[in-house]
Amino acid sequence: MKINRWVTLLGVISLLFLHGKTSVGAQQKTIVLGTTTSTQDSGLFEVLIPIFEKKTGYFVKTIAVGSGQAMVLGQRGEADLLLVHSPAAEKKFVAEGCGINRRLVMHNDFVIVGPSEDPAKVKGLRSASESFKRIASAKALFLSRADKSGTHVKEMDIWKRSGINPEGEKWYQQTGLGMGQTLNVAAEKKGYTLADRGTYLALKKNLELSILVEGDAILLNAYHVIEINPARWPKVNAAGARAFANFMVSRETQGIIKTFGVDKFGSPLFFPDAGKKEEELGR
Amino acid sequence: MHNARCTINQLVPILEAKDLEVERGGVLILSIPFLSIQQGETLSLIGPNGAGKTTLLQTLSYLLKPFQGEILFRGEVVNSNCPVFEYRRKLAMVFQEPLLFDTTVFNNVASGLKIRRMKKEEVRHIVEENLDRFGISHLSHRSARTLSTGEAQRTSLARAFAIQPEILLLDEPFASLDPPSRESLIEDLERILRRTRTTTIFATHDRLEALRLSDRMAVMNRGKILQIGPPEEVMNQPVDEFVASFVGVETVLTGKVVRSDGGTFSVSISGQEVEAIGDALLEEVVTLCIRPENVTLSSPSSHEITSARNVFLGRVVRITPLGFYHKVQLQCGFPLVAYVTNQSLRNLSLTEGKEVKASFKATAIHVVRRQGR
Amino acid sequence: MDLILEGIKKALWLLLTLDPEVRGVTLLSIKVSGTATLISLLIGISIGTIVALSEFRGKRFFVSLINTGMGLPPVVVGLFVTIFLWRNGPLGFFGILYTPIAMILAQAIIATPIVMGITLAAIQQLPKRLQLQILSLGATRLQMVWILIKEAKLPLLAAVMAGFGGVISEVGASMMVGGNIKGYSRVLTTATVMETSRGNFDMAIALGIILLLLAYIINLILTQIQQRERPR
Repeated sequence: MKINRWVTLLGVISLLFLHGKTSVGAQQKTIVLGTTTSTQDSGLFEVLIPIFEKKTGYFVKTIAVGSGQAMVLGQRGEADLLLVHSPAAEKKFVAEGCGINRRLVMHNDFVIVGPSEDPAKVKGLRSASESFKRIASAKALFLSRADKSGTHVKEMDIWKRSGINPEGEKWYQQTGLGMGQTLNVAAEKKGYTLADRGTYLALKKNLELSILVEGDAILLNAYHVIEINPARWPKVNAAGARAFANFMVSRETQGIIKTFGVDKFGSPLFFPDAGKKEEELGR
Repeated sequence: MHNARCTINQLVPILEAKDLEVERGGVLILSIPFLSIQQGETLSLIGPNGAGKTTLLQTLSYLLKPFQGEILFRGEVVNSNCPVFEYRRKLAMVFQEPLLFDTTVFNNVASGLKIRRMKKEEVRHIVEENLDRFGISHLSHRSARTLSTGEAQRTSLARAFAIQPEILLLDEPFASLDPPSRESLIEDLERILRRTRTTTIFATHDRLEALRLSDRMAVMNRGKILQIGPPEEVMNQPVDEFVASFVGVETVLTGKVVRSDGGTFSVSISGQEVEAIGDALLEEVVTLCIRPENVTLSSPSSHEITSARNVFLGRVVRITPLGFYHKVQLQCGFPLVAYVTNQSLRNLSLTEGKEVKASFKATAIHVVRRQGR
Repeated sequence: MDLILEGIKKALWLLLTLDPEVRGVTLLSIKVSGTATLISLLIGISIGTIVALSEFRGKRFFVSLINTGMGLPPVVVGLFVTIFLWRNGPLGFFGILYTPIAMILAQAIIATPIVMGITLAAIQQLPKRLQLQILSLGATRLQMVWILIKEAKLPLLAAVMAGFGGVISEVGASMMVGGNIKGYSRVLTTATVMETSRGNFDMAIALGIILLLLAYIINLILTQIQQRERPR
């Protein structure tokens, strides 16, 4: 009878899965890493994670979302550790007892990109907030990720410093998308946006956008690892989180970060900072 | 239940229904105080649409629930204590639509046997036998969807016979067929029923089908059986106006063939010979149907030359006015009904008790051969 | 236009060289969506048939619920499944969030109402007397249901196509409950989204083409069966 064939097929398929890495017993061997789309899009983890997994036997599940969402996952104990770049929010996160052991891993920097015609005439400026002022007064199109990601938080910080509230302005458009897609929209609409250098470099070949402003201290983008507080969330894989965090600041890993992207883009995407203090960055 | 087969008592009816009542939406749609069917007989249910024939068939086969009353199979009450499907497995039902399954003709005919989990070899044997019976062996591997209506209904009947049912229930199985395929299928079914002697309950609205296939006839209307008995009795002596208007239209005569030669034959009816067209065997019992509009009345003294072969002298029993014409019942040694126009009624000055000459052509007689029944 | 041509070239290259990563992603897509479809067939066909064959109070309401469920937005399903499967959520003890099993679960939830709705319609459009005919052939109730399902096999094939087509092309729920983890829960749709945001349009187009090809082949096979069964 036909039904028997279906049942057999179903059985075979479920067996296939049981053979996989999904069995519940392996729980403590998996680590859920909450991180940002910008790090995933750069491809850095595809180099680092296999090395870590091979060394330790852990299985890392990278959940790439915005920094904001990643921190909500951490807050609820749904992730074991975070690798994020939203310093002010991170400090609050640790202060509230959600996370422990916040350590600086690396940085890259943000750049203001836009069409080479540069209608707001910002090219060559040193100050990010000055550039934003010009964009606002020229009513030149600006695209915001508006997704509470680290990049978005940084962008809002700059607006605040320039004394402008762009919310609701016609020239200020919110995409609600990740970095890569927002860059694509900006290129398509010939608008300005704030981007991390790594993602911009990775996408550069398909974009008609140029770097217009860079080098301001406020544009530095620091990545920290934060372990989720196991005292608060007992189900968290604390040992795994510690192991991965240690791996990220280890000499070997820092060495890989230093050269990552050089072969492809001609310059590194990230600068290793393990052991440094946040205040020392950019000097 | 299985032992019952070995000790079949011919005196116990195969199926009995007592105080059967079915109600739908507060309306009584079936009410049968008593009905009994003997082993091997064919009972036809005749009546207009909505008379309750289908309801009765479906109730008898436990397809329609709930109902009140009792059904007895070989003297034992069928109840819902034991699985109803065991009772249903003794029956087979054929509907007006073929209701075939979306598979080959062979698999359709085999379906009832497969439901019974019969062994493959046995199934093949029985299916082939029944395909052959209904002349559809050549269609065995065809998809049921490609069949004509006639072929499909043959398949449906073969499927029912393959079960080798103790009772066969037929619900207007010929109603959707065109006349030629209907005629040939009735012929085949008649032959098969005669051979298998399967007890059959057969619903129809066609008097001639009923007359031809049944031992007894039950006239139904509004959920009730109005009259039940041998077809000639019901047709010639209807108990009320409804039965009369539905089945009592024609004169139905049964007799033995006393002479037969190439194309015409004579039948002896109450000592008189009636001549009809067709082939019949000597001594064969046949039924003759004569429509009242084909009977011509004339004055007994007239010497008009008529081409009609059958001329009888009779007495007027009753005259019923029916608008533009009158129905005249005669006694010619056998009962005979004729229609006459109001004009000729006056010309002949017919009254009850008066003598009259009745004539009808041999070609106007519908012959029903009932050999072997 | 160049981009699309590049994408097609890349897709062919990836297909011809049996690129291990693309192969893994494709196989996982088939496995996850195939299993989800099978589960939805088991649940959808059985409940759909039961509802079609029975009369009960509130049947209309239930049927309208099923029909609404046929258009269940995948992201909404993804959201609820995620919340339920969180470690500290009501079903957290299973520990299956960010696994292919969670993706199968979400996709089965998306496909089940589709299969159920089509089954319901398919069984209801069979002639009413067919049930009586089957019972009068001596079938038990279970045998009758099985025969009815076999009779409705052509529209049920459409249910398979609709269900599978719906889940293999779905991205929202898979992304949320699977996490798009490389080599583990990354399927064609989530990989396409990721490659797009990385700006690897050629790769994204290649994955898109493989997805289309896959959906096309599976529908082609099922349509083939369906057409073969059609009356000539």
